[in-house]
Amino acid sequence: MTLLDFARGPAIHASLIILVAGILLRLVGVLVLTRGADLSRPRDAFGNFKGYRTVFSRAWPASEFNAATVYQTAMAYIFHIATLIVVVGIVPHIEFITSLTGLSWPGLPNFIGVALGTIALVSLIALIMRRLSNPAIYNSTVGDYVTWIIVALPLVTGLMAFAHVGFRYETMLALHILSSALLFAYLPFSKLMHAFWFIFSRAQSGLAYAHKGVRI
Amino acid sequence: MGYEPTLGDVLRSQGVSRRAFLQFCSATASLMALPAGTTSAMAEALAAARRPSVIWLSFQECTGCTEALTRSHAPTIENLLFNFISLDYHHTLQAAAGDAAERALEEAQHANKGKYLVLVDGSIPLLEYCSTVAGHSNKETLEHVCADAAAVINIGTCSAYGGIPVAKPNPTKAVATGDIIKDKPIINVPGCPPMPLAITGVIAQYLTMGKLPEVDHLGRPVAFFGENIHDRCYRRPFYDRGQFAETFDDEGARKGWCLYKLGCKAPVAYNACAHVKWNNGVSFPIQSGHGCIGCSEPGFWDMGGVYESVATGKFGDGAKLGVAAVAGAALGAGAAVLARRKKTQLHEEDAAES
Repeated sequence: MTLLDFARGPAIHASLIILVAGILLRLVGVLVLTRGADLSRPRDAFGNFKGYRTVFSRAWPASEFNAATVYQTAMAYIFHIATLIVVVGIVPHIEFITSLTGLSWPGLPNFIGVALGTIALVSLIALIMRRLSNPAIYNSTVGDYVTWIIVALPLVTGLMAFAHVGFRYETMLALHILSSALLFAYLPFSKLMHAFWFIFSRAQSGLAYAHKGVRI
Repeated sequence: MGYEPTLGDVLRSQGVSRRAFLQFCSATASLMALPAGTTSAMAEALAAARRPSVIWLSFQECTGCTEALTRSHAPTIENLLFNFISLDYHHTLQAAAGDAAERALEEAQHANKGKYLVLVDGSIPLLEYCSTVAGHSNKETLEHVCADAAAVINIGTCSAYGGIPVAKPNPTKAVATGDIIKDKPIINVPGCPPMPLAITGVIAQYLTMGKLPEVDHLGRPVAFFGENIHDRCYRRPFYDRGQFAETFDDEGARKGWCLYKLGCKAPVAYNACAHVKWNNGVSFPIQSGHGCIGCSEPGFWDMGGVYESVATGKFGDGAKLGVAAVAGAALGAGAAVLARRKKTQLHEEDAAES
């Protein structure tokens, strides 16, 4: 079995099983523990409904914090959007998703994929630079850096495979798939789970405050 | 023993001019990435070369490799070079049969001990009597013939890496030559079939330099197998632009767009097809509209479907993901229930204490 066979066979297969099982394990495990509804009369009759707005209103910092946070907010947005488009937009990824789900859609030209991948990587580097230069703000743990590396690896290996640089193509492709497999397996048990938690945490804060008649 | 003609004599008798011969030498030297100065050395060495004895062993194979070589560029110098070697034993091409053929093998081995080349096509079954010649299993024949060989050249993917006979479930327990012969220089010229120029290029370099050319990690001459087909493919610009044929009869296919989505293995296949081409430089599979099947790679037959693209994941049974989801949810719920029970217990203990 070659490295590529291992990567796109057992490795990616196992990582997807861990990803799906892990996400559900964490979602159900935490959500079952939530407290019941607040039985007191809400200050605002539509309080609960308004509370859910926080999911969206928290998508950008409040204007008071603009100056202080615009750098990481903008970089984080650039990173997330560029990564998302690369993940679902370039032809090799679509082929992979098609082989898993049967769904397919038109792909982007390669040069856009390379450009977006590069932008994603640069924004990721911009974010780690800020983290490194402001230790007091982030209070980083080892896990934060490990997570950063695990997120950066698929981008780096993907760009290298795409551009046919580094090792031979099949080796780079295998490394890219293996690094993605690592990301999949790591996601549910790390801060990367924010991909799901952000909805619940924002809604929870919004609901708690809205119930008391406070709009956040 | 009478006068043995040199290669130069043979070529002259066939009406090949010195100029054409030098062109061949410079083309071969540049293809093999040899220094420019080697052209004249190669010409001299080749012109003066005596017929090397070659024993061609055919095991579990389809004769496609021989077909490709003998029907290659006739009547070019590659072909004449191939004719020039003293092909002392070859099932398909030799006139002799039965005992006479086997005697020719013994005589060639005896007369050229330590100097003859063994060209092997076909894989060797370890279920030994799946394939026999003259009552000997392929493994016996290979070990016997290679014992006194100068070098072994594997012609085609079957002898180089096992090829199609090794494809799952490998009913004959076939192996490659290199799995059995460990003490001789071996070079692989894989392909299904291999490029005739790669075969003659290796032979030409061996005759000129007295040694086999530089090889990659899979034992293939770097000169012919150093680059992947994708990098040299004339359809590469369409790949870069994201223009792909989706089916074999759509607009993209008619316009000659990239065949990546139709399962082309060019990005992971290393061979000279895209620049040397076949049939005297006329075309190669991708040019004729079919994706590369990666025939020069080990295990190409099990690399995934011919029409599955390189990026395709091999998931086996997709239902496992559903099972994983259910299992994950069950574990999560179990953990939560345990946590809640523990919390209630702590509350009760607190209440009892106060």
